[in-house]
Amino acid sequence: MADSTDRKVPTVVADGVDIVYRVNGTGAGRGSATAALNRILRRKQTEKASGVRRVHAVRNVSFVAYRGEAIGLIGTNGSGKSTLLKAVAGLLPVENGRIYTDGQPSLLGVNAALMSDLTGERNVHLGGLAMGMSRDEIKARYQEIVDFSGINEKGDFITLPMRTYSSGMAARLRFSIAAAKDHDVLLVDEALATGDRSFQKRSEARIRELRKHAGTVFLVSHNNKSIRDTCDRVLWLERGELRMDGPTEEVLKEYEAFTGDKAAKPKPKPKPQAAAAPKPAPAPGGAGVPLPS
Amino acid sequence: MSQVLHTPPPAPAGPTPAEDDLAALAARHGLTVSGARPSLAEYVRQLWGRRHFILAFSQAKLTAQYSQAKLGQLWQVATPLLNAAVYFFIFGLLLGANRGIPSDVYVPFLVTGVFVFTFTQSSVLAGVRAISGNLGLVRALHFPRASLPISFALQQLQQLLFSMVVLVVVMLAFGSFPDPSWLLVVPALVLQFVFNTGLALIFARMGSKTPDLAQLMPFVLRTWMYASGVMFSIPAMLHDKDVPGWLADVLQWNPAAIYMDLVRFAMIDGYGSSYLPPHVWAFALGWAVLTGVAGFVYFWKSEERYGRG
Repeated sequence: MADSTDRKVPTVVADGVDIVYRVNGTGAGRGSATAALNRILRRKQTEKASGVRRVHAVRNVSFVAYRGEAIGLIGTNGSGKSTLLKAVAGLLPVENGRIYTDGQPSLLGVNAALMSDLTGERNVHLGGLAMGMSRDEIKARYQEIVDFSGINEKGDFITLPMRTYSSGMAARLRFSIAAAKDHDVLLVDEALATGDRSFQKRSEARIRELRKHAGTVFLVSHNNKSIRDTCDRVLWLERGELRMDGPTEEVLKEYEAFTGDKAAKPKPKPKPQAAAAPKPAPAPGGAGVPLPS
Repeated sequence: MSQVLHTPPPAPAGPTPAEDDLAALAARHGLTVSGARPSLAEYVRQLWGRRHFILAFSQAKLTAQYSQAKLGQLWQVATPLLNAAVYFFIFGLLLGANRGIPSDVYVPFLVTGVFVFTFTQSSVLAGVRAISGNLGLVRALHFPRASLPISFALQQLQQLLFSMVVLVVVMLAFGSFPDPSWLLVVPALVLQFVFNTGLALIFARMGSKTPDLAQLMPFVLRTWMYASGVMFSIPAMLHDKDVPGWLADVLQWNPAAIYMDLVRFAMIDGYGSSYLPPHVWAFALGWAVLTGVAGFVYFWKSEERYGRG
């Protein structure tokens, strides 16, 4: 055992992670102004009584990711995938447990740093700086970023404010800026779904390239095909709980049976059979029994 | 093989230590806790590494502010000018607040007061929203969070530099001409900037916890403005009133009044040192260092918690 852990270098270790969001102002029924006053006056009372709602987004998730792995995160909407990713990036505090990482994992995405009133050009600089690139790095990469985005294919758009871009163009520029930096641990959240078909192909190629440089890649996507193309291991989250962890094909098969996904159609088999297919026995607690979706 | 699980999974290939050992495993390979707060020295170092981002972000905000207006960046100068005109109309003409000040001094006095106080005021207001208004940024990218309030304070400093252009024109129009004493404006504004940044940091942390402050602060700041002698001279106003001495001291030594008086003293010919309270530079320095350091440490203490709902 000591052997195998020495050979495989862990880059991300999640140890019993819980993530809880608190939402103010959900005082049900009562006028929320009084609820708010109550909240301020009586700090000691339980959060529930004071109208703060707790959303338990991720529950007791543990896993170890090793160098060289590309890990897909799947699950239905609201299952906690993006939340978990942000916690790995150190952007969301965990309620319980710990996340250990090798270096600083980065989320692929700079949308929030960009300003629609500024030109594409200035946004490239701003986005690069926000991601922690140096001025020289940005200068060196600038042309590459603009060319990759294809913004200037239809005229000199990079010197126009971003608010004048079509949504597709803006998305392409955002991806191009975000993908300009190499990362140790790269976290990608549905980034592949942006832009037109030709741009999607280019971005997939870019992700593969980034993967080569990065130690470990996490990819959140609803597109099972891009998970299959990119990842060799998949974590399946459902209702904030880690439901399955294993090689891509095995987990995706279960997941497609669970969601009744059309992606299962290349191998035509009726859904009920897929669910009943011989599989390892469900874990105790009924977690493994697919819920009616 | 894969398993349907409830509890932590074994890794797909090769055994993984049990859950209790995860921390040990992480420690053995030198992994660090994600999103943990760095030491104060390390934090300062990180922040310095982000200085280009801080500057670029403040400039971007400043440019974006007026980019939709027809007159564009002209508003950087027009806004403070209009502001000063309104205060002059109300307090100079209608209310006659220029008691104890010669009339050719009053207009520069008022305009300086408005600009310098606005510098502090807008730094605080921007600070309150620095974290709570940029949660998207905080939740998407990793950088020392103090970059945001500092960047907003820096944006206000640049805004003030535009106002200074107007101020110089006003000075010339009312017979105060450039002389070496104008150089005192630089240390005064540097100290005020440090003070403002400290305030912005303090309010950024408070505002991230209680966003309601953004509604409350305008009233607090307006009270502070009226109490700081923006449009009247504090000694002249208190001169014939029966107020306790400590109250006069508090009013005079409040940081906003001190920074305003220093800039007035530096630039206005007819505003000599007789208008200044004693030990004024010591107080200016003290306020800046105290607020700057306290604000920075206070903000850093909560570094790992910014970004939670």
